Amino acid sequence: MSDDKPSDPHFSKIIGAGVPRIDGPDKLSGRAHYAADQLPAGLTYGYGVFSTIASGKVTQLSVERARRMPGVIEIFHHGHFPKLYRSPSSFAQGNKVEETRLPFEDERIYYAGQFVALVVADTFENARAAAREVEVSYAEDAALANLEQGVAAHGTQSGSGNHSRGDAAAAFDSAARHIDVTYRTPVETHNPMEMHASTAWWERDHLTIFDASQGVVMARNALSKIFAIPPERVTVHAPYIGSGFGSKLWTWPHAVAAAAAARELGRPVQLMVPRAQMFTTTGHRPETRQRLRLATDGSGKLVSLRHESINTTSFTDQYVETCGSVTKSLYSCPNLMVSHATTQVNRGTPTSMRAPGAAPGLFALESAVDEMAAAAGVDPLDFRLDNYAERDESKDLDFSSNHIVEATQRAAERFGWAARNPDIGSMRQGREIVGYGMAACNWEALKRPCDARVSLRADGTAFASCATQDIGTGTYTIVAQAVSDLTGLPLERITVELGDSSYPDGPVSGGSWATATTLPAIAKATRVALDEMKRYATGANGAFAGVASDELEVAEGGLRNAAGKQVSFADILGAARYGSADGEAHTEGADAQYSYRSFGAHFVEVRWDPGISHLRVARVVSAIDVGRVINETTARNQVEGAIVMGIGMGLFEATEYDARNGRPVNNDYAEYVVPVHADQPEVDVILLDYPDTRFNEYGARGIGEIGITGLAAAVANAVHHATGKRIRELPITLDKLMDDVPEARTA
Amino acid sequence: MRAFDYARAESPAAAIAAHGSDGQAAFLAGGTTLLDLVKLDVMQPRKLVDINGVALDRIERLDDGRLRIGAMVTNTALARDQRVVADYAVLSQALLAGASTQLRNKATTGGNLMQRVRCPYFRDGVSACNKREPGSGCAAIGGVNRSVHAVLGTSDSCIAAHPSDMCVAMAAIGAKVQVEGPEGRREIDFADFHLLPGDTPQREHALAPGELITHVVLDAPLAGSRSAYLKLRDRQSYQFALASSAVIVTLDGDTIREARVALGGVGTKPWRAPEVEAALVGQPVSEQRFADAAKRAFAHATAYAHNAYKIPLGQQAIVRNLTDLTTA
Ligand SMILES: Cc1cc2nc3c(=O)[nH]c(=O)nc-3n(C[C@H](O)[C@H](O)[C@H](O)COP(=O)(O)OP(=O)(O)OC[C@H]3O[C@@H](n4cnc5c(N)ncnc54)[C@H](O)[C@@H]3O)c2cc1C
Ligand code: SF4
Repeated sequence: MSDDKPSDPHFSKIIGAGVPRIDGPDKLSGRAHYAADQLPAGLTYGYGVFSTIASGKVTQLSVERARRMPGVIEIFHHGHFPKLYRSPSSFAQGNKVEETRLPFEDERIYYAGQFVALVVADTFENARAAAREVEVSYAEDAALANLEQGVAAHGTQSGSGNHSRGDAAAAFDSAARHIDVTYRTPVETHNPMEMHASTAWWERDHLTIFDASQGVVMARNALSKIFAIPPERVTVHAPYIGSGFGSKLWTWPHAVAAAAAARELGRPVQLMVPRAQMFTTTGHRPETRQRLRLATDGSGKLVSLRHESINTTSFTDQYVETCGSVTKSLYSCPNLMVSHATTQVNRGTPTSMRAPGAAPGLFALESAVDEMAAAAGVDPLDFRLDNYAERDESKDLDFSSNHIVEATQRAAERFGWAARNPDIGSMRQGREIVGYGMAACNWEALKRPCDARVSLRADGTAFASCATQDIGTGTYTIVAQAVSDLTGLPLERITVELGDSSYPDGPVSGGSWATATTLPAIAKATRVALDEMKRYATGANGAFAGVASDELEVAEGGLRNAAGKQVSFADILGAARYGSADGEAHTEGADAQYSYRSFGAHFVEVRWDPGISHLRVARVVSAIDVGRVINETTARNQVEGAIVMGIGMGLFEATEYDARNGRPVNNDYAEYVVPVHADQPEVDVILLDYPDTRFNEYGARGIGEIGITGLAAAVANAVHHATGKRIRELPITLDKLMDDVPEARTA
Repeated sequence: MRAFDYARAESPAAAIAAHGSDGQAAFLAGGTTLLDLVKLDVMQPRKLVDINGVALDRIERLDDGRLRIGAMVTNTALARDQRVVADYAVLSQALLAGASTQLRNKATTGGNLMQRVRCPYFRDGVSACNKREPGSGCAAIGGVNRSVHAVLGTSDSCIAAHPSDMCVAMAAIGAKVQVEGPEGRREIDFADFHLLPGDTPQREHALAPGELITHVVLDAPLAGSRSAYLKLRDRQSYQFALASSAVIVTLDGDTIREARVALGGVGTKPWRAPEVEAALVGQPVSEQRFADAAKRAFAHATAYAHNAYKIPLGQQAIVRNLTDLTTA
C-alpha cells in the first residue's frame, strides 16, 4: 500500500486490511468441495467421445462394442439424445452462452474435440474404457486451421466495438512521422487447475447441478432455456472453483450433456472434461492479427491512430476479441479508428480470457507506441506522459478518477528508469544483456446490478449471501470484511455463502466487476438489517424501548445509546424472541456520468544471454490505480498473479494447431508452457489506493484483469532494448531471437 | 485405459517369470511414463508386473572403481547419492534438471532408461505415427516439430527426440546395462542400448522380449575430471530439454587432455558426440576452439520446419558448458 494512503474516517480498519482468506482453511484441509467432489447417491459417470477431425461430419457411429463393456449404462450421440432448445444467449436476459450449438444436435463437426458421444457407466474408469470402444467414422472436409487460412478462404465478418473520430487516414498521410506495423498473437488456453466438471441430478422436475462455473445465475437461466423449464426449477451450485480465467463464465456443452443424461437416466451424472479437451470445447483466447498505424507531428504528439484487428472465431458463433477497446481512450488523439473483424475457422468458440481484448490489444498497441516513440525520437516513457489522454475522448466524458501519470512516474522511479541507456544492447551485466521496457496497462471499471441478503442472527453471527462466486480471488473474504466493517462483528462470526443460484441474484465473476458490484449490495443489505435490528431494539420490551432509532449507533456487534449502554445483537434478538434481523437489497450498475477505468504502468527488466539464447524476465515493477483496495493481500495477489500470466503470454504460451488438419497439438500441461516458480522475477507492485467514490461508496474498482494488460508489451519492448529485435508475434521464444538459425531442409 | 492383470514380484526371477515374453506384459516401476501412457491408451499392456518389491534399489561401488546402480533406485536417490555427487556431478545435475521433485521421487533408473518419446502425435492416439502404429507414417514431419523433435539421428520414419536427461549423462560417462531375462543374464553397452529409429521406430532399445534391466554400471570416473550438465529450454524448470549437453573434461594446465560430450534434446537417442571429443583433445582452452569443435556434432544434422534453431542451440549448450568447466 502506498505510504501516502489517504486516511478515511468513513471505514474501519478492516477495509483495506490484508486479512487472510476466510475460505483458506477449508481449501487447505480438503473441506472445500468442488464440482467433481460431489458424490450424490447413485452417481454415474460420463466420459466423452470427442471428434478427431476438425471439419466434416459423422457418417457412422457404432456403439455395439462399447455397450458390451463392463458397467456401461447408456451411450448418447446425435442419433440418440433428447430434444433440447438453444439458449437465446442474451447477456441482458442473463442467459448468455458462448457456444449456442447444443451437444449432439446433428452429425456436423465444426472443430476437433467436439463431443460426438457420451458414455455413461458405473465408474469413471469404465466410462472411459467404453468411450474408447465407440467407433466413429467421419467424412472429413478440409479444415481451416488458423487465421491466415480462414481469411484466405472466406475473408472476414465485421465485429462489434468499433469506433472512429476525426479523419485518421488523412491525418496519417499528412503527418511528420508514421509507422504501419502488424502484430500477431496466438490462441491461448485458460488452463485453470480445476478441469471443467458438472455433477447433475433431477428430483421430480428440478435440476440441481454443481458446475465449475463463474456465473451460477447465468448458468441457471441458460439451462432453464435449454431444458425449457422455469428458472426456479434449476439450481446451480459453484461454492468453490479451481479458477477459471474466463473459461467458466458460460455454460459449455459438457454441462448440458451431463444434465440431459441425468434426466434421461433418472440418476445423477458426473462429467469431467479431460485436460486435452480443455483446449477444445471450453473456449480459448482466439488468435489475432492486428494492424497498427500511428502518426505524430514533429513534436511527438499523436495525430493519427488506427488499430484494426481480426480474430478467429468458430463456425457456430461469432466471438469478437475487442483488441482496440483500450486504444479508443488511453491516448489523446483527434483522429482515431478502431475496428474489429472475425474470421471463421475450425476451432471451438473462443471466449473471454483474463482481460479479453485488452491483453492482446495492449500487446500490439503498447509495442506500437514504443515503435512510434522510437520513430519520433522520443523516450518511450516521455512519449507516453506526453500523449496520455486526460479525458475519455471516445465517450466525450471525464474519467471518474485517473492517476496514470502518477502511476507511471512512481513505477519509473522505483524501477530506476532514469538509469536506462537507450542504445540497443548497451547495458550488460556479465554475460547478460539487460533490457528495460515499459508499457501502460488499462482496464474498464465495470459494475453490474446486484442483489444481496444479510442476516444478523440470534446466535450472535451474521450470514451474508449472494449468487455471485468466489473464483479463488477472495470474494468470500471481502464480503465478510464489508459486513464486519458495518456491524462491528469479528470475521469469525460472519458466514458468507456464494455460488448458489437460489441466493439473491449476483453477477458473473468476470470483467473485474465482482468487488464493485457485490460490496455495495452487501453494504445496503447490511444497513437494512441494522435498521431492522434497531426497530426490534426500540420496540416494546426491546433493550432500548422508548429510545429513538437514530440515537442508537452500531458498536462491536451490538447497539449503543448515547449514555453508553451497549447491548449485543444476540441479546436484542433474544429479548424479542426473533431468530434474525434481515436485510435484502438491490443495487444498480454503473451510470454513464463518467468514464470509469483503471490505470497503471509496468516496467520490466529482461536479461538476454546470447551465448545460450536464454531470455528471462528479471524484474517487474508495476504501479496500479484501481481505486480503493479492499484487501491488501488478495489485491496484491491478483496483480502479481496477472503479471505471472503476462510473462507466460509474453514468453511461452501458445496453443499450436496442426495446419494440415486443425487438431491442437500441445494440449497438455507438459507441452503448453506456462511459467513455473523458477521463472519468477522479483515483482514489486505499488497499489496507488485512491478511492473512486464517483464509482461506488467504497471507491473500489476491479483488480483481477488489469495486471495482465500491457505486460507482454513491456516484455517485448525490453527485449527490443536488449537485442534490437522487434518481435511482433507472441510468444517471444528463444528461437525468434537467435541470429544464426539455418534454413530447414525439410518439413 | 483398459482392464489389465496386475502382479507383484518379490525378486527379479519372479518378475521375469510373471512377465513372460509374449509382448503383452509391462514391468511397472515408478509408473510415471507407463501409467500416463496407459491412461492415454497409447500403451495397452494386458498385464502389469510391479517390480517395486524386487530389491534392486542399492547403489554399490565395485572393486574396479565402477558404480553399480540398481534399476529401482529412484532418480532422487541417485541424484543425491554422495558418490554420484562427488564422482559424477554431471549425472546428479542431469537428474535434478529433469521433471519435477514429485516425479523424480517416483521415477527409477530402469524406467528412465525406458521412457518413451514426448512427441504429441505419438501420445494423441490418432495421428499417423510409425512408432505407435508401424507403417502409418510420421505426422511430426510436416507437422508441429519445434520442441520435442530431433535434428540428429532422424529418419523419414521418425524424428522424435529421446527425452531423457539422465541418459545423456550416462552416455557421456559410459556405462553397461545389466539385464536378466528368460535366457539368462547379459550386459549391453550403454551406447548400444538405445536404437536409432531407422525404418523401425517402434524398436527403441536392445532388450529382448521379457528382459528386465537389473542394474546400470557406470564406468569408473575419469581421474581428475570435472563434469557438468547444461540444459536449455523455454521455461526454467519442468520442461524437457530443447538442447542439453553433458560434458566431462580433464585438463593438462590449459590444454584439454580428455573430453566426453553427449547431447540431449537434439538426438533420437542419447547422443554421444565423439567427433567433438576428438576435436577437443589436445586443444587449448578457448571459446573459439570449443565453437569449432561443437559445430562438428551437427555436420549431418537435419532441420525440420520448426526445429532448425536446435542446431545452433545444441552448439551453444556444448560451448557454454565447456567454457564454464574449463575456466571456473
Ligand atoms: C510431466 C513429466 C515431465 C518429465 N520431465 C522429464 C525431464 O525433464 N527429463 C527427463 O529425463 N525425464 C522427464 N520425465 C520422464 C521421467 O523421467 C520418466 O517418466 C521416468 O524416468 C520413468 O521412470 P519410471 O520408473 O516411472 O518408469 P515406468 O513408467 O514405471 O516405466 C517406463 C517403462 O519402462 C519399463 N521398465 C521400467 N523398469 C524397467 C526395468 N527395470 N526393466 C525393463 N523395463 C522397465 C516399463 O515397463 C515401461 O515401459 C518427465 C515425465 C513426466 C510425466
Ligand atoms: S516423430 Fe516418431 S513418434 Fe512422432 S509421429 Fe513421427 S513416428 Fe511417431
